[in-house]
Formats: sequence, structure tokens, C-alpha cells
Amino acid sequence: MKNLIKTTTFLLMLLAVSCSNPPASNEEVADLENTRPKGQASVVDDESAKNILQIAAGSPDHTTLVAAVQAAEIEHVLVNAGPLTVFAPTNAAFDLLPEGTVSDLLKPENKGTLATILTRHASPGSYDVPALQKLVKKGFKLYMATGDYLEITQEGEDVFVGGAKIIGTIQTSNGIINVVDKVILPE
Amino acid sequence: MWSISSCQDGSGDKKGALGSNIAEKVYVAPGEHDEFYAFVSGGFSGQLAVYGLPSGRLFRVIPVFSVDAEKAYGFNEETKPMLETSYGFVPWDDSHHPDLSQTNGEIDGRWCFINGNNTPRIARISLQTFETEEIIEIPNSAGNHSSSFVTENTEYVVAGTRFSVPAPQVDMPIAEYKGKFKGAMSFIKVNPEDGHMNLEFQIMMPGFNYDLAHPGRGKSHGWMFFSTYNTEEAHTLLEVNASQNDKDFIAAVNWKKAEEYMAAGKFKEMPADYRHNVYDESTHSATSNKMTTVKVLDPTELPGLVYFLPTPKSPHGCDVDPSGEFIIGSGKLSASLTAHSFPKMLAAIESESFDGEAYGIPILKYEDVVGGIVEQAGLGPLHTEFDGKGNAYTTFFISSEVVKWKLGTWEVVDRQPTYYSVGHLMIPGGNSRKPFGKYLLAMNKITKDRYLPTGPELTQSAQLFDISGDKMQLLLDFPTVGEPHYAAGLPASLITENSKKYYKLEENNHPYAIKSESEAKVVREGNVVHIYMTTIRSHFAPDNIEGVKVGDMVYFHVTNLEQDFDVPHGIGVIGANTSELLIMPGQTETFVWNPKKVGVWPFYCTDFCSALHQEMQGYVRVSPADSNIELTWSLDDE
Repeated sequence: MKNLIKTTTFLLMLLAVSCSNPPASNEEVADLENTRPKGQASVVDDESAKNILQIAAGSPDHTTLVAAVQAAEIEHVLVNAGPLTVFAPTNAAFDLLPEGTVSDLLKPENKGTLATILTRHASPGSYDVPALQKLVKKGFKLYMATGDYLEITQEGEDVFVGGAKIIGTIQTSNGIINVVDKVILPE
Repeated sequence: MWSISSCQDGSGDKKGALGSNIAEKVYVAPGEHDEFYAFVSGGFSGQLAVYGLPSGRLFRVIPVFSVDAEKAYGFNEETKPMLETSYGFVPWDDSHHPDLSQTNGEIDGRWCFINGNNTPRIARISLQTFETEEIIEIPNSAGNHSSSFVTENTEYVVAGTRFSVPAPQVDMPIAEYKGKFKGAMSFIKVNPEDGHMNLEFQIMMPGFNYDLAHPGRGKSHGWMFFSTYNTEEAHTLLEVNASQNDKDFIAAVNWKKAEEYMAAGKFKEMPADYRHNVYDESTHSATSNKMTTVKVLDPTELPGLVYFLPTPKSPHGCDVDPSGEFIIGSGKLSASLTAHSFPKMLAAIESESFDGEAYGIPILKYEDVVGGIVEQAGLGPLHTEFDGKGNAYTTFFISSEVVKWKLGTWEVVDRQPTYYSVGHLMIPGGNSRKPFGKYLLAMNKITKDRYLPTGPELTQSAQLFDISGDKMQLLLDFPTVGEPHYAAGLPASLITENSKKYYKLEENNHPYAIKSESEAKVVREGNVVHIYMTTIRSHFAPDNIEGVKVGDMVYFHVTNLEQDFDVPHGIGVIGANTSELLIMPGQTETFVWNPKKVGVWPFYCTDFCSALHQEMQGYVRVSPADSNIELTWSLDDE
């Protein structure tokens, strides 16, 4: 698609050069791709209740997660109408990974892998802890945005998703953040 | 090769948009914003359409005087009172002339007013919410046409009657019209804090037709000018019988004088029957109040209140230039335009140089008050606005053109055809001290072949001109909603900062609002069932309801718990004899359902709200009228 746009722009520029009356500025047309670089995440809104991305970005415990979301260029997913439940590993959770894993994942060539890992921390729907406990009772698994199903388990009041323990829950305008103590990795 | 042939096309006789810079001038790139808002009357749709200029993109149709199933306006319990009148619930009107609130003669971006022509009413629309907040009915009026024009500090909105009628109404022969019918001019006071309107007084004028009006400004502040026709007082075949007089009048009304007379108690209190409907943002509900009297001033007994300015041939527009010096009369059967001079008018009044009187109201001498004439400007002048740079722009219906001329020298400097037969035009701020003379919007009456055909009924068209240069340049042609009689425009920056994003749940005082899912309940009172329901992405609470019976009157009171910009939810239930609801974040709305058939009936969200929108649904079990199924409600079986 981008190539197509480039080709078209090139043709239009040819047209501009060969005509005495140039058409509407082609630079403007090309700039359109840059007006909303982060999709819906570019929307400025300080009045509405905060969405998942805005809350995560304001949390000192989630700087690694937010950096990873930015590196994977999936910010727009976290501001989408949702509803979405995000299992948000803390910085400490990322620190548990083997040394070098995070810095490796943040490399541009691993963008796809990183996006998949992060997307596997999100479930379409609104699941706070009571809702997850209900799933446990019903014997349901949790459907994740990547298409896999994760096991939910309960020990006392504690709920674990894919082995990660939920240590806090935040309601947001477009869904729920469950803070977890581990990064959920494919089995 | 392709590019070369394009060039040859572009250099032909008919230069396309790409051959000039026209396309660029109206191109608003995806994601970018228009420079101006245009509020364009919906005419016989009864609504008000909101466009962006220069793109001509339609943003919203604000329901005002007509029901709108899309927005549940006039269908939900909250807004039904907005359309109550002394004649009962009236679901339609003919909206004509929007005008914007002003402070010190400049557009202030607070409210838009518009008149309902058929069942006389004035509405006020909030420019924070783009919702109709208030409608006041006008008694003693009929064909509320010379409305709804705003004075320089929004002291008043005026509403003059087009049709004179017996006032008070009485059973009498139509042929006895002359001398007995009256034309009420209503002055509606606007509260500067909240915009609430009150019919302060009416001036009971002779039985002419009052067509349009515009406020004095600057030096003429305190005066209001109304055009009249049918000064012949004909009651039949007006197209012939009301075109006999060489001149009709512009009525100059000194409303500051009227205020003095009001303060001195010189009014008569007259029984009247009209409604005043107010929408309260805090309860998200409207109430309709019955009003029973109106204060009336009699200009035949109160000197200095009204003067008549003779004006050729059934004037339509009566437009005041930004300085307030000239009042432009557009005699719609005349070829010339008359510019009355306000200072000359004052001098003539001072010297009492009158040319007789009509029903006790002094008529000024035409030659004493004329400040200039634009000779042979075109055929069928209707309406004039100004660019703030000394130029005026007048529409001509018969010759189908917009004509640009100079104030003071009265010379025509440009003319451009319109397609076809233009009515009014609008320059943002063109009816104020400070016009933004960049664009002109011409609103046409006839469309014919302008767009792809759509059968016998066609959209009407608006045409955008660039007026920043010496010559007007046609930029764009776009379809409109209903009939665009008139419009008002302003720079977008006056609105965007204050535009509301959502309603705060904690400020929701709707009597049936609930603030959380845990408060969801169903209450039976005899055969009336109240469902207290919530919506949030992506479910209703409750979504299973049992124990409803055939013949019940079921109220769905639905609160949208979202607190996020642009996340409305809707709801519709099978067989409801009303519209859906479309509920903004933080808002509560109600519709009534009368279940007629036994069974289990679904309801669902009608606005694609979220990724799981299609899952947002529920069921109501309806049992026979004599069943004793217990009333229960649940979400996820709890």
C-alpha cells in the first residue's frame, strides 16, 4: 500500500513538473500519513475518564511495559473502544526474565514478536477479579487477543492467569487493567 | 504519457478544479478541521444542520422542532415535553432563520436561536452540547417568519408575525381583515447567565405581513428593523392584491423606548395561551410550562415607539451594515436596493417631517431617510450581508446571482451566477459588527440538474464563494438538509474549546438514574413496570428480565455509565411503538414499551459501541396478563 502511495505521488509530481498550473500540493498529500502516527492514540482528551494506555503511561511501575508497547507500535489497541482487559506485568515482572530478553525484544527487528507477546496479555472483554473467579467456577478458560486460551486458576482469593498472579486491578474508561507479577510467555 | 494528456485537458476551455487552485481552497485534509462552523436552517425538516466550511462537510443535524428517531428526540420521555404547544404535541415545524448570540455586537459562540414558522416558536440551542435546550411558543402570532434575530448583546430575540391574525383570536369573517387583524412583534428577553428566554412584551402592530428583521448595532443599537409587505392588508390572492402599493415599509422599532414604556407600566396584560419548554441538562429531562398572559404595548398610543420607513416593493431582507449606519431594504419586486440612513432617520424624526401616518404610526418621508440606492443591481433582491471591508453582497432570486457592491458609493463591483435562484446568503459574522469576510454561502432554492438525479425530489444546494479577493470565486457546491432558508456562521475556535465531551455521572440528577450496576432493579407499580438499567461496554444490567405481563406499561430507564468521549450506547426492543434510545455517556433516557404478545423478546444495543457490541443484548420474558410469574432480573444469572 505504501509503495502504491509512493508511486502515485511520484506520478503526480511528474504531472506537476510537466504542467504550467500545478495541482494541489503533493507534499500535503504525502503528509497525511503522518498526521495521526499513532492512530486513535493521537487523540488529545484530558476530560474523559482515563483509558488503559493513559493509566499505564502514568504508572511508575509499568515503564517497561509502556516502552514495549511503544516499540511494538500497538498504542492504538490500548485506546480502542474495547472493552479490553490487560494483564499488565510490572517492571519487576520484566526483571524476572533472563538477562538481555527485554533489550532484545525492544530491537526493531523483533517488533512482530514483541507485539505478539504483548497482545497475549490482553483479552477482549471486561474481567476484573470477581469476573475471573466466576470463569474459574464455570470452568472456562480466558480467550486472549492472540487467539489462544489461557488457564485461570485460583488459590484462596488469589487469581492466576497463565501462571501470573494478579496483584491489583484498575478500572479504566475502556476496560480493566489487572496488574500481574510475571510476564506471560508461551508455554 | 498519461500526465501529458492530463495537461492538455487542463489547458482546455473548461478548466477543471485541478487546473486552478479551487480544489485546494476547499480541501480539508483527513483529520484536519474546518475553519468555520455553518448553522444552516433545515427549512421544512424543522431542524438545524451543522456544516464545516470550507469543506461543506455535514457534522450533525440538530433536532429542534421535529421529532428525530435517530436521536430519540420527541420519542423518549425526556424530550417529548420539548414539542408540547398550546395545540398539544406538535411533531414538526418549518425552521427558518438561525441567529447566533452576540456580546458587544460580536458573535460570542454561546447559543444559536432559530424560529419555528408554522406553529410559532423560538428555540435556543446550546453550542456546548449542540442540543436544543429551550423552546418558547409565541402567542398572537402566525407564521413566525421575521424571527429569530438577536440584538447586539443578546438582550432580546425578536419574533415578528408574517401572517396578521385576530389578536386575541375570534370567530369573524375573513373579509373583515382590514383594520381588525393585528401583527404581533414579540421581544423575548434572554437571561445572560443561562440563556433562558422570557416573552417580555409584544408590540401589537397593524395587520401587515412582517417578513424579516435585523437589529441595529453600534450607533443604531437599541433599534430593531422589520420589513413589511401587504401594507394593502389584502386577505386573498396576495400575489396580486399585496403588490399594489409602490412602497411598503421597514418598521423601525425603538426597543429601548419600549423598555421605558414597560417600566412606566404603559402595557396591557392580555390573556394568552402558550408553552415554555426547558430542557435541564442536570436531569437530562425537559419540562413544559403553561403560560397564561402576555404584556402588550400599543404603538398607536405610545409615541416614539415605532416609525415607518417607506421602502419600494414588498421588501424581504432588511439588513444592517456592520457600522449600524445603513439599513438595506431589498424590495423583492424591485430592481434596485434601498439603503436607509440611520442618522437621517433620526434627523427626520427630530424635525417631525412626516409623510402622514398609518394607524397612528408616523411615516417618514422616503427622500428624507434614503442614504443611497444601488440602481438596477439585479432582479428580485432578497437579502444582504457584509464582509466588514466596506462591501455588501446581495442575493437576487429572479436573476439568480450574488451581487457585490460598495457601501457609500453604491456601485456594483462584481456579480456571480448561482445555480439556481438563490434565497439567502451567509457570511460568517455577516450579521454582526465584526464579519469574517472570507467565505460567502449562497443557499439556493432550485436544484434541477446540479447533482445526480434522485427521482422527483431533489436536495437543495448551497454554494460556497471565496470573497477574499476583488472578484467572488465559486468554490464548492454541496447538498443541504431540507430547505436552507438562512444560516449563521462563526470561526470554529469560538466553539471548539467549550464543546462538551460527555456528561458527568455524578452530576446526573435524572429521577430514574442509577450510578452503578449494583443498583439495577425492576419495580412494579400496578401494571406499570420501571426497569432501572445500565449500559457499559459491552452489556446491559440487567439483561434477563422475567415477570413482565401482556398489557404492562414498561419503562426502560437506561443510564449510560461510560465516562468517555464518543461512547454512546443505544437500545431498541422488538415491537416498541417508539424509537430507539441513543444515550450519551453519563446520560439517562427512557422509552416506553407496551408488550402485546406472550413470549421472550430481545433488546439490543443499536450503536456499534465496542468490539463486543454484537454481544450487547438481553431478553424480556412476557407472560399472560393473568400469570403469576415473579418479577426477577439478572445479569449472568446473578
